[in-house]
Amino acid sequence: MAVKTLSVDGQLISAREGQTLLEAAREAGISIPTLCHLDGLNAVGACRLCLVEANGRLLPSCLTPVAEEMDVQTQTDRLQRYRKQIVELLFAERNHVCSVCVANGNCELQSLAMRLGVDHLRYEPQEPECEVDLSHERYGLDHNRCVLCTRCVRVCDEIEGAHTWDVAGRGTHCRVITDLHQPWGDASTCTSCGKCVMACPTGALFHRGSSVSENVHDRETLHALILAREEKQWLV
Amino acid sequence: MARLRLATVWLGGCSGCHMSFLDMDEYLIDLAEIAEVVFSPLVDSKQYPEGVDVVLVEGAVCNVEHLEMIRRVRANSRILISFGDCAVTGNVSAIRNVQGGALPVLERAYVELSDPSGGIPSPSDIVPKLLDRVLPVHAVVKVDTFLPGCPPSGPMIRTALEKVLTGEPIDLMEHHLSFGGYGRPKGSEHLPASPSSSQSHS
Repeated sequence: MAVKTLSVDGQLISAREGQTLLEAAREAGISIPTLCHLDGLNAVGACRLCLVEANGRLLPSCLTPVAEEMDVQTQTDRLQRYRKQIVELLFAERNHVCSVCVANGNCELQSLAMRLGVDHLRYEPQEPECEVDLSHERYGLDHNRCVLCTRCVRVCDEIEGAHTWDVAGRGTHCRVITDLHQPWGDASTCTSCGKCVMACPTGALFHRGSSVSENVHDRETLHALILAREEKQWLV
Repeated sequence: MARLRLATVWLGGCSGCHMSFLDMDEYLIDLAEIAEVVFSPLVDSKQYPEGVDVVLVEGAVCNVEHLEMIRRVRANSRILISFGDCAVTGNVSAIRNVQGGALPVLERAYVELSDPSGGIPSPSDIVPKLLDRVLPVHAVVKVDTFLPGCPPSGPMIRTALEKVLTGEPIDLMEHHLSFGGYGRPKGSEHLPASPSSSQSHS
């Protein structure tokens, strides 16, 4: 296996050919913020939070393969500024009211805001009218909290193999949908496995009956399932 | 050193931030030594005074009375701190914005969900007229410091006030400020009790 040597934040690291910058940086103990990325799912580079400067160019680290002698910066002022802007824009795009959200305290968007120093929004909230789908007997979908990371779409397709979820509409009308825009409860392809709820970074997908702060995304179970599938390692 | 002229203002919020202010517990006694509370819902003053050094503003701007008040507060205060999520983002107070205006909200509350059906209070009544959109404070006036949290914790408010007292810039992100949470900073249980020895809790 070919080994690539590159510089990340001035530190020389070795990476396997085919690895992404994000994987290589994380293996070297360098933290890069992400939102749409979830280990075990195909990367889509949707949120742009993992942008890095590679040889002076802005590139999503989750999709950029390592290359020999690449000079990568992950924490420049410009990157920090863009990351902060992205999180503020995500908050402003829909209706995120942390204090009454089922995912309060267990939300990756909220954690990112803290980590990036977002203490207020410089952008005017769009306040779109978003639906809440409670037609499924076990789970709920609140479009107010959705950041369109498509983790639910990918986990359902790639891990569960059901492909119940998809994305419809453009711009502010963009929504995650189930089975050609049927109510979730009527989606005949849904196996009720709950992997989409485990994968969701915010309070958009939740267990029905969860109250404020009660919805914990069970990422460990999801990762165990992904590991079992990919590496044939079954937890007993 | 002259005593700090401190004010707290309550706009469209639940008063939770003011309850958190009281959560500073024994520090309130220390604070009283160095600051005079010149205006607050906790004291009996009717008119927002001039020459306020620091003001904590709780709540979003929801009605015409809030609008008038926040402008007066800004004009008469040196440092304005947006105090809690309603002031910072609109928070719960701004949920009604999605309804698209004050009238649909009032109709929902006073007519559709009222049994027997009531009448919408008119502007000539005692209640101030609602604005069509609930606004965070910084959408109306310049804000100097943001203190998110629902509510911000007592230790967090104390930290902010201590920074103001010493004239230091207030960058509270190191204290794990968070929207929606109580925002208790890590290690805050070890905060020193006296204000004079309180600069080392980062």
